[in-house]
Amino acid sequence: MKKLINNPRTVVEEAVSGIAAAHPGLLEVHTDPIFIVRADAPKQGKVGLVSGGGSGHEPLHGGFVGYGMLDAAVPGAVFTSPTPDPILAATQAVNGGAGVLHIVKNYTGDVLNFETAADLASAEDIEVRSVIVNDDVAVKDSLYTAGRRGVAGTVLVEKIAGAAAERGDDLDAVTAVAEKVNANVRSMGVALTAPIVPHAGVPSFDIGEDEIEIGIGIHGEPGRERIPMEPADAIVDRMLGPILEDLPFSDGDRVLLFVNGMGGTPLVELYIAFRHAAEVLTGRGITVDRTLIGNYVTSLEMQGFSITVLKLDDELTELWDAPVQTAALRWGR
Amino acid sequence: MALGTDWVLAWVRATAAVIAENRAELVRLDREIGDGDHGENLDRGFTAVLGKLDGLAPDATPADVLKLVATTLISTVGGAAGPLYGTAYLKASAAVKDSGELDPAALVAALTAARDGIVSRGKAEPGDKTMVDAWTPAVDAAAAAEQEGAEVGAILDAAASAAERGAAETEPLVARKGRASYLGERAIGHRDPGAQSSALILRAAADTAA
Repeated sequence: MKKLINNPRTVVEEAVSGIAAAHPGLLEVHTDPIFIVRADAPKQGKVGLVSGGGSGHEPLHGGFVGYGMLDAAVPGAVFTSPTPDPILAATQAVNGGAGVLHIVKNYTGDVLNFETAADLASAEDIEVRSVIVNDDVAVKDSLYTAGRRGVAGTVLVEKIAGAAAERGDDLDAVTAVAEKVNANVRSMGVALTAPIVPHAGVPSFDIGEDEIEIGIGIHGEPGRERIPMEPADAIVDRMLGPILEDLPFSDGDRVLLFVNGMGGTPLVELYIAFRHAAEVLTGRGITVDRTLIGNYVTSLEMQGFSITVLKLDDELTELWDAPVQTAALRWGR
Repeated sequence: MALGTDWVLAWVRATAAVIAENRAELVRLDREIGDGDHGENLDRGFTAVLGKLDGLAPDATPADVLKLVATTLISTVGGAAGPLYGTAYLKASAAVKDSGELDPAALVAALTAARDGIVSRGKAEPGDKTMVDAWTPAVDAAAAAEQEGAEVGAILDAAASAAERGAAETEPLVARKGRASYLGERAIGHRDPGAQSSALILRAAADTAA
């Protein structure tokens, strides 16, 4: 294993201190417990947005802390949910009296720790709501699974709910917008290789040189099926089929198309995938109205990518276009 | 015979040692059907617990020790295991709040409360391929032993043996909760890491009471 680290046990501490050094004025980093918070938090009268989860998905979530998006991000150990203490501390730090929204990816650990933190915050009279993001169509949502996972669609929830909070919407309204994004967004991922968790030192799963995993989660959890490697266009077709059928997306819809790299796939390949995804959507009479491409929700050095499609209406489009100033997303100011 | 604070402390120390010993094995089990961090996370948590035991008051009760374990695990483990084990120790602590020593009835009450805490936090049922599959047979066996008039050591031994069998019996199951549920049929043939760590913790309890 070759990694640009000093010590597997200090990866998160050193990375967040790097984030603090790289983005002064935009955010601040607390170290005991660890969380990342907007430099101007708490903003009185504004709903606070807190998200978090295991590290190793950067820029998610710390890269999205700033104007028009998150007020705080809570990184756990690599691929491990943060504990309730830092989530509570972040919640307190961003509470400007208008309540706090937790944006949680649907993974058992994240849900349990955020739930515990929300209970503790409520005991301190901070009003907390939670939105559980579950956009991954690779998992069947049933009584027999932990439900669909929250993956790249989380970025869109954070951006759009963040814009609603920034314009002054109250807690009910911001929660409703976040739920609306979650209800209209669908994603699916594929892995070409496995990530290596620093303290584990070995790949998270075994996959052959000529195999890919369709429906991968963002921690390298398996998905729907393992198949022999195929050309990019065929892989995109396999992913888009279940995404489009699920909502369903149909002729006349306007969408945001988001092609996300998982850390080890070069942008040149993401553009190849994007090109075909846009062709398929256009061919079905679906208008690609807004786009996002790049590494936003990664799985360490895993080669792979995900496709996310969000059905837009005027409100979601306006909130997507609203100014944002974070380490990883910035426009309009 | 009843078990006092000394036993709870010995049990917690033995648990930390056995988790450290089995760290790699728990990581291996979790890597097969989860995300490979269970051994690492629990080892970090119990190491943190060890560091806090010296700060306990000299007149600490069993409930005080269990509560310290609970709050430390909740704040250091993360993942699903942190809130689940944390809740288990917290409920066990509450169940024996007024006991200076744990007699057979108090011991069974503590184990039952721990299991109920895990069930209410994680909403898993027996057969879902989770730690509940170790805890439920363990509690049943402990209650049966107590009914028959067994001593505390025998009660804990019955619980540990049942937990070990329960952990082994997760192998043929399809997971319905947690990350392994994403695997569907592919989880068959693998032991649930949470059930395995639960069996280790209960075996440490029996060994230190023997």
